[in-house]
This record gives sequence, structure tokens and C-alpha cells, in this order.
Amino acid sequence: MHAFVNLRSSLIRTARGRSPWLFHLNSGGCNGCDIELVACLTPRYDVEQFGIRLEGSPRHADVLCVSGPVTRNTKSALLTIYTQMPDPKVVVAIGSCPASGNVFAHSPVIEGPLQEFIPVDVYVPGCPPRPDAIIEGIIQAVAVLKAKQYRGNGRE
Amino acid sequence: MESGYFLLAFFIFPGLLYAIPMAWLILWIERKASARMQGRIGPPFYQPFFDFVKLMAKRPLPRTRLESWVFTGLPLLALGALLGSLMMLPIDLSQANHMGDLILLAALLEVPAICAVLAGFASRSLFGQVGAVREGVLMIASTLPFLTALAAMAASVGSLDLTTIAQSTPASVSLLAFLALFLCLPVKLRINPFSLANAEQEIYTGPTTEFSGAQLALWELTHGIEWVALMGLVTSLVLPWRTGQWITDALFFTLISLILVLLLTALSAATARLKIYQATRIYWQWGFGISLFALLVATLPIGG
Repeated sequence: MHAFVNLRSSLIRTARGRSPWLFHLNSGGCNGCDIELVACLTPRYDVEQFGIRLEGSPRHADVLCVSGPVTRNTKSALLTIYTQMPDPKVVVAIGSCPASGNVFAHSPVIEGPLQEFIPVDVYVPGCPPRPDAIIEGIIQAVAVLKAKQYRGNGRE
Repeated sequence: MESGYFLLAFFIFPGLLYAIPMAWLILWIERKASARMQGRIGPPFYQPFFDFVKLMAKRPLPRTRLESWVFTGLPLLALGALLGSLMMLPIDLSQANHMGDLILLAALLEVPAICAVLAGFASRSLFGQVGAVREGVLMIASTLPFLTALAAMAASVGSLDLTTIAQSTPASVSLLAFLALFLCLPVKLRINPFSLANAEQEIYTGPTTEFSGAQLALWELTHGIEWVALMGLVTSLVLPWRTGQWITDALFFTLISLILVLLLTALSAATARLKIYQATRIYWQWGFGISLFALLVATLPIGG
């Protein structure tokens, strides 16, 4: 019985590591990081070979990729989308904006940085970061995802 | 004997034990082949399996009891109907097939689309509703040529029995019916150029936008089994490939199904999404035209 439970949990852990689905949210950035993220899907970088898929709906996603400095208008959308994602989930902050506000820092319409609202697991700095760096960040986030409890209902 | 064959067909071939790995294989071939055609590497072959396991292990969202019944029940109903239709496919012709006729088979194959429409409306999401409306419109447009092509085959042999249709439909009718059925497959599988119902990045994923975790996993599995069942329908009813031996027949059945998958993937990788009026026009003009011609050939004495 114990062996079966171990096998099951290691199977689920492997599955989580092999199929991270992304949801991409621009919280008021300049669109530069978004273009770099989409470049990861192109033939040059092809993240689908790692099982990574860009999903349209936060309900399907495991990894939330946030770009942009979190403006006043996008804050509520950010919180809604974060709560809409089913557990277990991780957050990757793409670019310098969600980390520090970047060139928008101290602007009256900026509410960020991102970690004031949701827990951030991995930061990918850069303005914009290269697609290689984004892929590296997502792979690190997947390691965090795998280390989370294997059953969603809190039992280990 | 009869119940033994029933159990074999439901659980082993072409039922659960065959259909589920085959569904994952087809989903992988579809993704891998379109990736190769786009100059990418594509996912490894275990990808659909790990996607399924991962989705099953996600924490369910808090929903009301009725909502979770509807959200779990609809994909399960679609899955059950597809397994039922798979069981009825006339693969082994030496066995008399008494489990149902063409009408039941055609009805069961419509159930997943109806479930998708209901799921889209039940999710109360804007994108789900748009997807459900598109699915409904396309279902009406494609079902007419689909059913007419099947009716032409039934008319040509004068019977609704699946084994008889598979065995003795004249080649002229088979060819026309194959063209009409093949034209209907992309819309039933929601792939390009008829991927309007689940148009990703446009209306997210249509009816399944609000589904998550295990319920989404069930939809993914249903989609895979839909591939198996529809390829199986075309392969077993239309294409001439009988050898008489059970094992070689089953192998040919699998092989031709996979070739059809590759053809459809090439079509979807080469085309872009149509608008809804263009898609429906294709079905009303070409699909219905070809299948009506098949029906004429089948009923007029010149058809042989």
C-alpha cells in the first residue's frame, strides 16, 4: 500500500514537471516582455518540447507569467486571475517591471511591485529578458511546482 | 457467446483498453506532426498521458454541488457515448453485430457535440457561450452531409445493419461517401480550418474555458476518443481493407486510422481558421452536394 502511494506521488510529481501550462498576464507593461514570451513558442525556441503550452484560460494553467508593473487598473484583474487558477500553482515575474517598477517606479498610477499582492516564486530580470532567460525561469518555477504538496487537498 | 463478444468489444478492442492509449497516441501524433510541419521539435510521446495525470491531480475548484455534477457529468456522458459507438464499429466481420444499427451509431456520435454545447452554456462564461453557439451552428451544418453520406451507404445496400454496410457497399458510393465524411471530420474534431468552436487565443478554448482539473482532463480524453471513434467509423465503414483474419484486420484498422490522422493534421497545419459563414457555406455547398450525389448514385440503378 505504501509502495503504491509512493509510486502515485512520484508519478504525479513527474507529470507536473513534464506539463506546465502557462497563463500570461500583462499587468500594464510596454508589451516588450510579452513579445519575448511569445517568441519562446516559435520554432527557434519551441518550448512545447518541454510540454509547455500557453493556455488562454487561467482555469487550465499551472504557471502564471506576469509582465508589467501592476497598474491601478490591472490590480483587480491580477487578483481575480490568480484566484481563478487551481492549486498547485506558481508565479513567474517576467522582466524588471513586476520586480521593481522599472522606469515606471514612483508613478502615481503604479501599485506594484507584484509581490505586494501575490507570492512570486521566480523573478526573471531584464528589460526585456531574452527568451532563453524566460525559459530558464519557467524551468526553475516548475521545480518549485514539483516541490509543492503532491495532493491538492493539502494531504501529503 | 454474445455477451462474451460484448465484453470483449467494450473493454478490450476497440473499447477501453485499445481506445485510451490510442487516444493519447493520436493526440500526440497530432501535436508532434503539426510541430514538425511548422519546423519545431514538438512534445515527447508521453505528453498527453502526463497532461492527463497532471490535470487529474489538480485541486478541484470550489463549486456548488449541482455545478460539479453538471461539469463532471457532461464529459462523462460524452465519453460513455463514444465508447458505446466504438463498441459497435464493424471491425470483425465474422462476428454478427447485433449491438445496434447505423441509426444508433450516428446518434451516439452526435452526443459529444451536444455535450460540448451544453457545457459551454452551463459554464456561464462569455467565451463558453460564444463557443457553444459556434459549435451548435457548425454541428447543424456538418451533420446534414454526415447523415446523408451514411444514408447513401445504407440505401445502396438496402439495410441499416453495420456489418452489411461495411461488406457490400458498392465502391462508387463508398468513394463519394468517404469524401463527404472526410469533409465533416475537421469540424467534428474542431481542428483547422473549422476550429471555430474552440478557437484558441480568440475565444480561449470555447466551451471548456471554465473547466479545470479533472473535469478538463475528462474533456481532453473525450477529445482523444472522439478522434479514435471518428477515424474508426470512416475506416471500418468506408475504406476497403478486409483480409478475413481478425488480427490483420485490427492492425489495418489501426494503421489506416493513423494515416487519416496524419492527413487531417496536415490539413489543419496548412490552413487558417475560417469565418463562420465561410465554414457553413462549405458544408451546405460542397459537403451536402457530394453526399447528395452519393445518395443519387446509391438509389438510381446506374450505381450498380
